[in-house]
Amino acid sequence: MSRRDEHILAAKAAFPHTIPILTGFLFLGIAYGILMNVSGFHPIYPILMSIVVFSGTAQFIAVNLLVGSFDPLGAFLLMLMTGARHIFYGISMLEKYKVFGLKKYYLIYTLCDETFSINCTIDAPAGVNKELFMTYVSFFDQLYWVVGTAIGALFGTLVEFNVEGLDFVMTALIAVLFLEQLLKEKNYLQSFIGVGCAVLCLVIFGAEGFLVPAMLMILAVLTFIHKKEESAGKTV
Amino acid sequence: MTTTQLLIMISLIVLGTAITRFLPFILFPAGRKTPEYVQYLGRVLPGAAIGMLLVYCLKAVNVLAFPYGLPELIALACVILLHLWQRQVLLSIAAGTIVYMLLLIFVF
Repeated sequence: MSRRDEHILAAKAAFPHTIPILTGFLFLGIAYGILMNVSGFHPIYPILMSIVVFSGTAQFIAVNLLVGSFDPLGAFLLMLMTGARHIFYGISMLEKYKVFGLKKYYLIYTLCDETFSINCTIDAPAGVNKELFMTYVSFFDQLYWVVGTAIGALFGTLVEFNVEGLDFVMTALIAVLFLEQLLKEKNYLQSFIGVGCAVLCLVIFGAEGFLVPAMLMILAVLTFIHKKEESAGKTV
Repeated sequence: MTTTQLLIMISLIVLGTAITRFLPFILFPAGRKTPEYVQYLGRVLPGAAIGMLLVYCLKAVNVLAFPYGLPELIALACVILLHLWQRQVLLSIAAGTIVYMLLLIFVF
C-alpha cells in the first residue's frame, strides 16, 4: 500500500467517528466566533485562538481575560487550572500515543475532551494504520472547530439561528463513549469513581470550581485502591 | 489592551493550555520505563476521566428548579437504552440530541 492510500484509508476510517463532533464543534465554534465578534475582536483573533489554543473551555474563559485588563500571569494560571484535566488524558494516552515523529507532538497538542474520548475508546479497524487513524481524528476535530469559529466570526452576526439544545450533541457523545468504556472494561469501578467524585465535588464546590478538587479526589481514591490491592498482593 | 499586550496574553493562554497537555509526556517519556503506579493510573484513569467529563458536560443543569434536569435525564435515558439495544454510536447520539431539542421546543 502506498503512503497516499494509507492516508486515505485512515481518513475514511476516522471520519465517521468524528461526525458528532462535526455537529458539536461547528455549532460551538460558531457560538465562540460570534461571542468574540460581539466582544469587539477582529475575526482574525478568534480564528487564531481556535488554531493555537484549540480548547473550547479555555477559549470561552479567555474571552473574559482578553476583554479585561492586561494580566498575563493570571491568564496563565487560570489556563493551567482549567486545562488540568488534560493531565488525566495525557496519562491515559501515554501508551497509545507512543508514536514517533511530528505526529506525536500534533496528537498531544490537539488533545481535547472529545478527541481524547474518541481516541481512548475507539480502536482503528483492522488494516488501518493506528497512528494515522488517531491523527485524522485529531485533525478533523480541529478543522471543524476552526471552520466553525471562522463562520461565526465572519458571518455570525448576519444570520439569526435558533438551534437551542444542539450543544447536547457533546453530552450525548460523552455519554455513549462512557457506556462504551463500561462495556469494554467489564470493570465498572473506576468509571463510577469518576462520576461519583465529580458529582460530590460539584455539589460541594459548585459548577465553576469543582473540576480540580474532583480530580484530586479521583486520584486519592484510585491511589487508595491501588495501595490496598498492592498489599493484598494482586494487580489490576 | 494594545495589540502587543493582546498577543502576549494569547501566548500565555496557549502556553498554559499546552503545558497541561504535554506535561505527562514530558514527565514520562516513551524511551524510559514508566513507573508502575503511573502505568496503573494509565489503565484506570480513562474510565474515571470520561465519567468525570460526563458530569462536567452536565454541570450547568439545575436539579432544584424547573425543569429539574428532566430534559437531560430523558434524553440521556434515550441515548443509553438505544445504545444498549443497537450499539450504533451515531444513531444513539443523533437520536438523543433530537429528543433533547424537541423536548426543549415542545415540552419544557
